[in-house]
Amino acid sequence: MRSIIPVLTVIAVIIGLWYLAVVPMNIKEALTQAERAGATVTPPSARDRRDAGAFGLVMQNSFAIGATFNQDRPRLPAPHQVMAELWDTTVDKRITSKRSLVYHSWITLSATLLGFAIGTGLGILLAVGIVHSRVMDLSVMPWAIVSQTIPIIAIAPMIIVVLYSIGVQGLLPKAVISAYLSFFPVVVGMVKGLRSPDAMQLDLLRTYSATKTQGFFKLRLPASMPYLFASLKIGIAASLVGAIVGELPTGAQSGLGARMLTGSYYGQTIQIWSALFAAAIVAAALVGFIGLVQKMMLRRMGAGA
Amino acid sequence: MIVTAQLCLVWALGWGANVALSRSGHRIARLLVPMIFGLTLLILWQIAVRGFDIPGVILPAPTDIAARFSTSLPILWADLVQTFFKGALSGYVIGCVAAFLTAILVDRSGFLQRGLLPVGNFIAALPIVGTAPILVMWFGFDWESKAAVVVVMVFFPVLINTVAGLQETTAMQRDLMQTYSASYLQTLIKLRLPAAMPFIFNGLKISTTLALVGAIVAEFFGSPTVGMGFRISTSVGQLALDMVWAEIVVAALAGSAFYGVIAAIEKGVTFWHPSQRK
Repeated sequence: MRSIIPVLTVIAVIIGLWYLAVVPMNIKEALTQAERAGATVTPPSARDRRDAGAFGLVMQNSFAIGATFNQDRPRLPAPHQVMAELWDTTVDKRITSKRSLVYHSWITLSATLLGFAIGTGLGILLAVGIVHSRVMDLSVMPWAIVSQTIPIIAIAPMIIVVLYSIGVQGLLPKAVISAYLSFFPVVVGMVKGLRSPDAMQLDLLRTYSATKTQGFFKLRLPASMPYLFASLKIGIAASLVGAIVGELPTGAQSGLGARMLTGSYYGQTIQIWSALFAAAIVAAALVGFIGLVQKMMLRRMGAGA
Repeated sequence: MIVTAQLCLVWALGWGANVALSRSGHRIARLLVPMIFGLTLLILWQIAVRGFDIPGVILPAPTDIAARFSTSLPILWADLVQTFFKGALSGYVIGCVAAFLTAILVDRSGFLQRGLLPVGNFIAALPIVGTAPILVMWFGFDWESKAAVVVVMVFFPVLINTVAGLQETTAMQRDLMQTYSASYLQTLIKLRLPAAMPFIFNGLKISTTLALVGAIVAEFFGSPTVGMGFRISTSVGQLALDMVWAEIVVAALAGSAFYGVIAAIEKGVTFWHPSQRK
């Protein structure tokens, strides 16, 4: 609770800086429009203005500052423009409409969730295998670790096109990329977690003459939960990035990535920013949801707080 | 049928060798087993592609990729220079230095720390690659915009880790510095920065991958006719998948080399830390 005021202050400062940045970023377009509307602009020729510094222009033409906040295609939209667009495309549109961000978010979210489920499931299975088999540990684990240093996302376009050419399209190719991105963090974290019980605890179970299965379900699996949730949070954020990037190369019609791409083709900056914010909200909701499940689960398992 | 038998045979050979090696518990097994495993997979891939006549537009054989790799070295090198050295590396350096300086400034004020850390943690979890189209629009198609994406991507992980690391010292250690009447700067340089190094390097290592990802993905939104992301997206369009794979090999090599260099520097700087002791 102590940190609410500082956090709010920081957010307020960020929004303030954003508003300040809007003026110099948009001043040139604002002046061009003002000139067309018949106002006198201080360096009158467009060429002089193009070469002039943004701050100098702001000082000389302070009348145009108000206009920089209300452009149709600003270089940097003001926060209230982005919020208005967000409101307009989520609340005011029917959610089945192609112009609704809820619709696009759902397309991306469904691919993310499907991929995340596949990736996590396979990751946990592989981790169990690695912990129980020394051969698998030695042969697979180094590759799993190395793969975290590689920009895996580079293969996203290829996966999309190859799956498309063998007839798989729609949700699944994006989900495959999401699964791939969430797979390795889960493997690495889960292996660490399943190995976290110390020798003393393992010995105790042996004195109880517990079988390997019992040891797994009563000690290793519960002990791995904090590690698992830490990597699930990384994994789901990676999944979302995967789904968004997966929408870029085919020029997909729907989804948050497609909104960003069409926005950048047509110079619709407000559309890009609102898609970016929608992606941020989805990511925050997903990570927050996993945090919530973690809290509930750890409480049921008897962990304090 | 024969192909399937071959596949099973190769797998049995490779896996059998690994089982034997890992049972022996020899030290060299740690190095040999993953090598054999990787090699087995490559051979399986080769046999499967050749045996089942999988067309090159779906999955090229490893030998095709190697051939393409060796014949187009100049292109691959030019792409690597454009994307890695110009885009990713310059952005990485700028972003890390900026984050480090910000962290030291933030560290002086408890208020800023409490405010900035949750916000930074939140932003670090967001899909920041999404800023790529905006930054490409601002900074143009060349490497400057890629560097800008990389700066935004690496800034927050490094910031959070550095701030967390600067809080690592115990009250006892700080008291000792105080009894020596050490100034703020002396405490920072002799005690707190060294203590923060494991955390800082953790952030730096996470950021190596992010830097490459940012530089490559930003090229999907617009680039000059050179660069790894550009090559991947256009080669996919031409169904020249061997080129795509060659480019992925380059990305993998560059990524692990980058990580390896940072890890090696870490080893030198944090030689005193328990995790580095043998």
